[in-house]
Amino acid sequence: MTTTADITDACAEKFARYAGLLDGELPSWLLPIREAALAQFTKQGFPTVRDEEWRHTNITPLAETEFESADPDATRVSPGQIRRFRLGAGNETALVFVNGYFAEHLSDVAALPKGVRVMDLAKALAADLPAVRNHYARYAGIGKNAFAALNTAFAGRGAFVEIPRGAMVETPIHLLYVSCEEEPTVAHPRNLIVAGEGSQFRVIEHYVALDQGVYFNNVVTEVVAAENVVGDHCKVIRESNRAYHIATLGIHQARSSHISSQTICLGGALVRNDINSVLNGEGAHCDLDGLYMLGGKQHADNHLRVEHRSPHTSSREFFRGILDDRSQGVFCGRIIVRPGAQKIDAKQTNKNLLLSDRAQINTKPQLEILADDVKCTHGATIGQIDEDAIFYLRSRGISEDAARSLLTYAFAGESLAQVRDRRLRAQLEQLVLSRLPNGELLRGLA
Amino acid sequence: MIMQQQKTSMLEIRDLHANVEDREILKGVNLVVNAGEVHSIMGPNGSGKSTLAQVLAGRDTYQVTRGEIIYRGRNLLDMSPEERACEGVFLAFQYPVEIPGVSTQYFLRAALNAVRWHRDEEELDAIDFLKFLKQRMQIVEMDEGLLTRAVNEGFSGGEKKRNEVLQMAVLEPKLAIMDETDSGLDIDALRIVADGVNQLRSDERAFIVITHYQRLLDYIVPDFVHVLVDGRIVKSGDKTLAHELEERGYSWIEQQTVTEQPVAS
Ligand SMILES: Nc1ncnc2c1ncn2[C@@H]1O[C@H](COP(=O)(O)OP(=O)(O)OP(=O)(O)O)[C@@H](O)[C@H]1O
Ligand SMILES: [Mg+2]
Repeated sequence: MTTTADITDACAEKFARYAGLLDGELPSWLLPIREAALAQFTKQGFPTVRDEEWRHTNITPLAETEFESADPDATRVSPGQIRRFRLGAGNETALVFVNGYFAEHLSDVAALPKGVRVMDLAKALAADLPAVRNHYARYAGIGKNAFAALNTAFAGRGAFVEIPRGAMVETPIHLLYVSCEEEPTVAHPRNLIVAGEGSQFRVIEHYVALDQGVYFNNVVTEVVAAENVVGDHCKVIRESNRAYHIATLGIHQARSSHISSQTICLGGALVRNDINSVLNGEGAHCDLDGLYMLGGKQHADNHLRVEHRSPHTSSREFFRGILDDRSQGVFCGRIIVRPGAQKIDAKQTNKNLLLSDRAQINTKPQLEILADDVKCTHGATIGQIDEDAIFYLRSRGISEDAARSLLTYAFAGESLAQVRDRRLRAQLEQLVLSRLPNGELLRGLA
Repeated sequence: MIMQQQKTSMLEIRDLHANVEDREILKGVNLVVNAGEVHSIMGPNGSGKSTLAQVLAGRDTYQVTRGEIIYRGRNLLDMSPEERACEGVFLAFQYPVEIPGVSTQYFLRAALNAVRWHRDEEELDAIDFLKFLKQRMQIVEMDEGLLTRAVNEGFSGGEKKRNEVLQMAVLEPKLAIMDETDSGLDIDALRIVADGVNQLRSDERAFIVITHYQRLLDYIVPDFVHVLVDGRIVKSGDKTLAHELEERGYSWIEQQTVTEQPVAS
């Protein structure tokens, strides 16, 4: 039997080969970061359920699977195969990755405002761009996070987005990660979004599968917002129902910046999102929204950590879950207010709709308030479909299935309402509807 | 010369018994309603009026243990709630339900299209529907602002009741059961609701109006008034019965029925 320690060793061995492979193309500052990350990972190993942060999420099946790197040939996927995954305007700038490898022939960098860069991270690293050098691997917080450490040790591919000072990118930039593989493969997508002072951006991070393969996406995305940035980030997880998706999103915000981020989880066997936001400057505000819609034996875990480092910062977390069959959900929202950070306004809500007796949800808030002038509210609910509402709808001629789907959809819709881009929101609504029995009866709902 | 047409029976309730959990609430209700008629059901709190209404609409918290209900020649109890609605049964709820996240306008369109689909009629698209809806809304003088709000969410008591009548006007049922649609309405709202109902009155349509108050029946003049006490209709009469009840209260009837009961041997 393979133990976690064996696997950790195997990772170290792979790293040696892999690092050698990429060395020539990498800037000198990167190697120490990767080596330190590997050392961190090797020391820690994979988390177990004895680890407080992983108490309800058992990753043993993942740790025991032998994953290989995928075939780097991205050209086996044709544009026709991914057309249905377009989100947003449809003619937007899109970077497409196949099993983690940049697919130039599928990507399309449309006209962008002057100075805006949307490119393969590997190229940005090779070119040693200053924004990469200044911000890479600073915000994900690998200290206690074995998967982020593992990603940092192995990463080198992904998207680099730079919005220079004052620039406005209104049409969402689409980062599309396509998986198609029968063998268990692993990828470590790494995204860095750097927004300069007063800039505005919209980014969609989108994970899809062409088939129902077993694979592991170990993602790290870092978003750094300078003063007065307004940014929207929307992540849509539609992995294969046998896939593992473990991701860390590190958001770092300066004074008066506003970031709104949605995490929409629709597919994947085991999904874990660590969303860490640091409000580092007065007037910074973040909205973290999420929707997890689970069925079968899916498991999704959202761990949020919002750190108010400066006074007059505010945050709003609003996560909703719909759990059917034997699916399991975990929500943990930690709000940290640093000493001296007064006039904080933090609000956290987690609402769950259980559609089956066998579905489970574990939800808990964790507040660490080290200042006194703080307004902090949190609430969690777990409920079932309102049978009175079902009867009311049926008494108006709406079939029972459609009534159930309508109420489920309405519950989800309140999360999707936070997606600001109108077209993207409509597309997400259709995605949610398509997962409901008789969903087609409900089209035209919005 | 026009021959007087034979009245067609719309609804026949025969010896209806219904339980909630193991408690018997309806204890043998008999009622015949013909097309074009308005029947009023009155009776003290807890006597089973809403239970009867909910059983007619198909709520499964109530179990029918005996008796039958024939609706337009078919066994109503064999039909699902949605099928009843599609076949023309409508219940205006005593306590309309709030449905967060579903706009009133969408709800009305989904309901109308479900019913039209059942009748093999074309579905209405958003534009045609809106035209139709605006015309129907005049019947209840409802504020258009309510259309974009979630169904009944945060509506005042009066707005909820008007919304019930609006739904009735949109769905154009054959048998409309109104459960205390007048309660909680001020006199203006009451008049609007009653006018709405009167506009919908026709030879093909029947109404069962459940109320505690004579004042509604001044506007919606019933053909028959029935008094339901402890799960049975104990007295039926014409509209004057409502006046009598208003003056003398239910205890008058309850005493009467006690004396009418055969003495146990
Ligand atoms: N869902 C239920 N669960 C338990 N008891 C119920 C339920 N519905 C009705 N009952 C009981 O059945 C009896 C009749 O109730 P019902 O609502 O039919 O009376 P009603 O005549 O409509 O009264 P009101 O004039 O107050 O509206 C009452 O004793 C009530 O408590
Ligand atoms: Mg009642």
